[in-house]
Amino acid sequence: MKKIEAIIQPFKFDDVKEAMKAIGIDGMTVTEVRGHGRQKGHKEVYRGQEYEVDLLPKVKLEMVIPDARLDEVIGTLTRSARTGKIGDGKLFVYEVAEAVRIRNDDRGESAL
Amino acid sequence: MQRNRVVSLLLFVSATALAQGTQDAGARLTALESQVKAAQSAGDNSWMLISSALVLMMTGPGLALFYGGLVRKKNVIGTMMQSFILMGLVTVLWAVVGYSLVFSEGSPFLGGLKYLFLNGVGAAPNPDYAATIPQQTFMVYQLMFAIITPALISGAFAERMKFSAMLLFMTLWSFLVYFPMAHMVWGKGGLLNASLGGKIPCFDFAGGTVVHITSGVSALVCALYLGRRKGYPHEPMKPHNLVLSFIGACLLWVGWFGFNAGSALAASALATSAFVATHFAAAAAALSWVFVEWIRTGKPSVLGGISGAVAGLVAITPASGFVKPFPALLIGLAAGAVCYFMVTKVKSLFGYDDSLDAFGVHGAGGTLGAILTGVFATNLVNEGFNRPLGAVDGNAGQIVSQLVGTLVAWGLAIVGTLVILKICDWTLGVRADAMDETQGLDLSMHGEEAYNLEA
Repeated sequence: MKKIEAIIQPFKFDDVKEAMKAIGIDGMTVTEVRGHGRQKGHKEVYRGQEYEVDLLPKVKLEMVIPDARLDEVIGTLTRSARTGKIGDGKLFVYEVAEAVRIRNDDRGESAL
Repeated sequence: MQRNRVVSLLLFVSATALAQGTQDAGARLTALESQVKAAQSAGDNSWMLISSALVLMMTGPGLALFYGGLVRKKNVIGTMMQSFILMGLVTVLWAVVGYSLVFSEGSPFLGGLKYLFLNGVGAAPNPDYAATIPQQTFMVYQLMFAIITPALISGAFAERMKFSAMLLFMTLWSFLVYFPMAHMVWGKGGLLNASLGGKIPCFDFAGGTVVHITSGVSALVCALYLGRRKGYPHEPMKPHNLVLSFIGACLLWVGWFGFNAGSALAASALATSAFVATHFAAAAAALSWVFVEWIRTGKPSVLGGISGAVAGLVAITPASGFVKPFPALLIGLAAGAVCYFMVTKVKSLFGYDDSLDAFGVHGAGGTLGAILTGVFATNLVNEGFNRPLGAVDGNAGQIVSQLVGTLVAWGLAIVGTLVILKICDWTLGVRADAMDETQGLDLSMHGEEAYNLEA
């Protein structure tokens, strides 16, 4: 099993969710986060006082998927989250040692 | 003989009837006159009671929201409390002795004790000030000004003053600065009173010197004395909620109609004129701040718009009962640009931390308005004086009187506030502990938080 952690633009989240549903990936956990990579922040001015805001709002998705579907999911995710501009985000892939469905103790890929 | 008797009888009867007729007419006229007076009284009184409520609304929630939105989220209710508690504190001071010290006759600098404990302040009008409304209405209307004036200062020491010291400061400030200044300008026999025997007649319709210069200049003194907030200016101190500030500023705009048009002390044509001037100045100043900012920074900000409106309202305050609508627009245009410059350039040039720009808006706008009143005041608007008023009437000397009034207000505010701050510092300490300041005044002073979103 693999865990995909993707940090994407908030306004692309709905596209990503729809695309995942379309290929049958149902489970995901979503967090509103703030951060930045190479994207520069923006400037805010309050009564002449300037503030550089460099932590920008992003959405973090976490999904655990069967090994066999990794490339397909990565491809779908990048296509649906991409605008082509700096700030589109990144995704990271982790090995997952075990998965347990709490309701009935299913283990491994059948718990996904 | 017989005929003569008949004729004289007839004459007697008709003369009696005639006399009765005129008696009837006289009585009816007297009754009519008193009815007209009662109707005027009722009209004036209803407007003045509404105005009193409008001016109170400027402090709470108007100013409390305006200031509360501009601070960080750990200091929201502490900041609101600094306005709200004055609705209690100043009311008590006013009832005990404040009203008397301002509006009873005394020296040119301070009133006497005739109305101590509001003795004799009841349904009968005080013809010196407002002949058609109960003196009690006049008293409570003026109280609302005494409440909001010190509340304005709190913008300068926001986020770092001890609550106990603030209470002592505001009490002493009312006695040492507000009561004397209000008596000098508005009290009978006051030094600067324009209509009731002042030596230097200074026009201040609704409180340019009394309210805005005193509070704005005292605010600057407070900002300098207390020093900057921890982390200013390198730490971000963004307004935590501009929506609150927006609502507050709009409530201020509406409340200001009571403040300025109410200062006519009657539901008169003068009140209408002041209402129009007030609105025009606010509108022009909102535009001028927004456009100056747009040109300089590239974006027209909402905070700029509402700050501009308040600056315009401040500047028109002394002039509102003296100027025609177009000069009001000019005063507003000037106020928006001047206050923008004060808040964005002058503040950073000198580096003082006037946290919410009480000086930049009220001190600067009030000074500008007080001087421009001397330029644009005209007998065509305010006929009560029966003489040329400002420079536009050919009385350029009025500008000098306005300058004197302005200087007196500046001087009193600087000296009074410094003395009071020293007293507060010796007794209680004015500045919150570093830990309390870091934690935020909401929690450290009041044991509460503004936003308990997990609750």
